[in-house]
Amino acid sequence: MTMQKLGTVPIYNVGDRVRVRKAAPLGHVRTPFYIRGHAGVVERICGAFANPEELAQQRDGLPKQPLYRVRFKQKDVWPGYRGSRSDVIEIEIFQHWIEA
Amino acid sequence: MKAAGRYEPYSYFQLMEVSLRELLVDKGIVTEDAIAGAMAIMRARGPERGAAMVARAWLDPAYKERMLENGGAAAEELGFEVPGLKLIVVENTPKQHNVIVCTLCSCYPRMLLGIPPEWYKSRAYRSRVVREPRKVLAEFGLKVPPKQAIRVHDSNADMRYMVLPMRPAGTEGWSEQRLAALVTRDCLIGVAVPALPKKPKSRKS
Repeated sequence: MTMQKLGTVPIYNVGDRVRVRKAAPLGHVRTPFYIRGHAGVVERICGAFANPEELAQQRDGLPKQPLYRVRFKQKDVWPGYRGSRSDVIEIEIFQHWIEA
Repeated sequence: MKAAGRYEPYSYFQLMEVSLRELLVDKGIVTEDAIAGAMAIMRARGPERGAAMVARAWLDPAYKERMLENGGAAAEELGFEVPGLKLIVVENTPKQHNVIVCTLCSCYPRMLLGIPPEWYKSRAYRSRVVREPRKVLAEFGLKVPPKQAIRVHDSNADMRYMVLPMRPAGTEGWSEQRLAALVTRDCLIGVAVPALPKKPKSRKS
C-alpha cells in the first residue's frame, strides 16, 4: 500500500471508476465481503474519518482516511440479479480499500 | 420475554455490559439515575423528528435543498440536537426508490428515528435486502414498479441515512403537522411509502 493512500487527502474524485480491494484481513473491517473485488463509481466524498480497523485495536486511527460513497450496479454485484438494470447499491468505502 | 422464574445465565455481552456499567457507577463516573434517565429518553424516542423534517421539506423547497445537502444541519435547524451525526438524506422520486440497511450491524439514525425495529437488525433483512430488494420490499407490501430504480444504501461506516419519501397526492393544503403524521418509521427506512389513511367504511347501525 502506498503512503499516499494512507493520507487524509482524497485521491479519487466524484465520477471516478474504482475497484474495492479483494482482501481478507483479520479484525474489525467495515468493508463487507459482498462488495470486495467489485468496481463502481464514486458518488460523493464524505470527508475523512479515523480508520475503524485501527480504532478497534485501541489505536488512534490516524491519519484519518478519506471515505467515499461508491455506487455499484446491482447486476454487477450479484450474479443473476433479478430486478431493473438501473438498480444500484451505494456503500461507503475507505480510501485504503480502493485500488484504482 | 423469559419465562417467569426461569434462570438463564448472562450471555458474554450482557455480562460485559453489566460489568462495565457497575464499574462506571462504582468509580463515580456516572450514576444509576443518569443511566436510567438516558435509557428512558432513548426508549421514548420515535421517528417524530425525522417525520417533522420530511414534512418541512415537502412544504419548503429551500429547506429541502439544505436537507439534501447536509442532513445533520437540517435537523439542527428544526431544533433537534444531533451531535456528531453525519446524515445523508436520500430522495425518492418517480424514477428512484431508496431503502436503507446496515449489513454489518444495525447502524441507524437513532437520534432522529429512535431505536431501530427488531427486523432491521435481523440477519434476514440485512442479508436479503441488498441482493433481492424488490422481493423484500414486496414482502413489506411495497411493490416498486420496474420503471423506478431501487437504490439500496448500506450504512456500513460513518454515515447515517434517512429516506425523503414523495409527498402523496391528495394532501394539497395540508398543515405541516398533518403531513408529518403520514410519515412513518418504515417510510423513513424506505420499506414503505406514505399513504393517506383509508376512509372508514360507513357503518350502518
